[in-house]
Amino acid sequence: MADKIKFGFLLAGGCAGCETALVDISERLVDALEHLEVVFWAPTVADVKYKDLEAMEDGYIDLAFVDGMVRNTENEHTVKVLRQKSKTLVAFGACASLGGIAAMGDMHSKEELFNQAYKDTFSTDNPEGLLPEPQCLWEGKYDLTLPAFTKRVSTIDQLVDVDYYVGGCPPHHDFIFQLIQAVVSGNLPPKGSWLTSGKAVCDICKRNPAEHDQQRLPIGDIFRTVDGRPDEDKCLLQQGYICFGPVTQGDCGASCLNVNIPCRGCGGPIPGVKDYGARCVSTIASSLKDDATAEKFIQKFNDMAKLCYRYSYSSGILNQKLTPGNKP
Amino acid sequence: MSFSPNIVGFACQWCTYAGADLAGNLRCKYPPTIKLIRVPCSGSVEPEYVLESLARGADGVLIGGCHYGDCHYKEGNYKTSRRMTILKKMIEDAGFDSRRFRLEWISGAEGKRFAEVVEEFTRELQELGPNPVKGGA
Repeated sequence: MADKIKFGFLLAGGCAGCETALVDISERLVDALEHLEVVFWAPTVADVKYKDLEAMEDGYIDLAFVDGMVRNTENEHTVKVLRQKSKTLVAFGACASLGGIAAMGDMHSKEELFNQAYKDTFSTDNPEGLLPEPQCLWEGKYDLTLPAFTKRVSTIDQLVDVDYYVGGCPPHHDFIFQLIQAVVSGNLPPKGSWLTSGKAVCDICKRNPAEHDQQRLPIGDIFRTVDGRPDEDKCLLQQGYICFGPVTQGDCGASCLNVNIPCRGCGGPIPGVKDYGARCVSTIASSLKDDATAEKFIQKFNDMAKLCYRYSYSSGILNQKLTPGNKP
Repeated sequence: MSFSPNIVGFACQWCTYAGADLAGNLRCKYPPTIKLIRVPCSGSVEPEYVLESLARGADGVLIGGCHYGDCHYKEGNYKTSRRMTILKKMIEDAGFDSRRFRLEWISGAEGKRFAEVVEEFTRELQELGPNPVKGGA
């Protein structure tokens, strides 16, 4: 048997959901471990430290996954080190490849974010109004440091070269298994590609009107998920529940649609789409019936940027350059 | 001398582009701030084009399409209108001045209107100053 593939997994600024998703492939992971040797999986699973990673030779890891966005100086450092130590680097999940939920923080100032997180929230108990500081002298003798908050959220590829991208928040476990099979068999597309089936959520979705020989009609009314209960078999978009299925990768097997929830685009853009949010605007707007419906859409969802760029703000043209004061 | 903005104009070939042509024939005077790009229909202008123009430093973006009912492809301009209404709100919500972006209906017979729109838009952009991407306000 050939040597095992040396595998690394780093959690940058994410929530560890992507790691949970990898563990979710359950027994199949045990089978996969015949071909994979986990040399680094921090800070979540394996007992390795960053210094162990730093001690590795350059290019020691064959395949490394990063999940989570770059939100602080620690993420910046570890991602750079991991890039150096790995032959192939995969941005795994929506945060790593697109910016994820945290990227929406770029629409707010650091003060707003910190006040919300450490002062204003109902459940926060912080009478002195203390905020995290990158450096602090504790009891006059212990010099303590914390990673500093970066000016804006960046995706992994805005910091280092990324070989492959995987969408999803988190990626669906069945898809992760296919991915691991592809990796083990060495059946990977050219570098710089998204690892995806290339199909849109609508392609996979059982509700697609084309599956039932029905025509797509212009949408005349707009609902949010809190308004009533959508029909469980009919296309949500046709019912007026705004769904981003048409422009999102369907490697998730249309999971949200299966439980009557519209797609919000965590899978990432289908191939050929440069800016996810702009394409959402384009797709949704052209399926609306008239200007009045467009107005209603704007009124119902009070923040268009946060709706259309829910998972992809960092990778959007808008964030990269347009938003004033957010340049790195 | 006041600053001369750089406007990217997407002009529908059936109306606004012809309108711009007529503006020339009529010897209408308007500032040389607009760089027109001929498109088959205002409905073919993707929101990405607008974002990309602004991201690359255009001070303003103008989309010119046919009046309602006049679209050569029947409903292209209706779709433009819906898209751009939503896009405008999205740009605004992301903290960017949506006044840099404008949608106008200018027919092939409205050469004078074209000149007026460009003049008005240029004046507005002069008040706004250069695009923040280039270090403006």
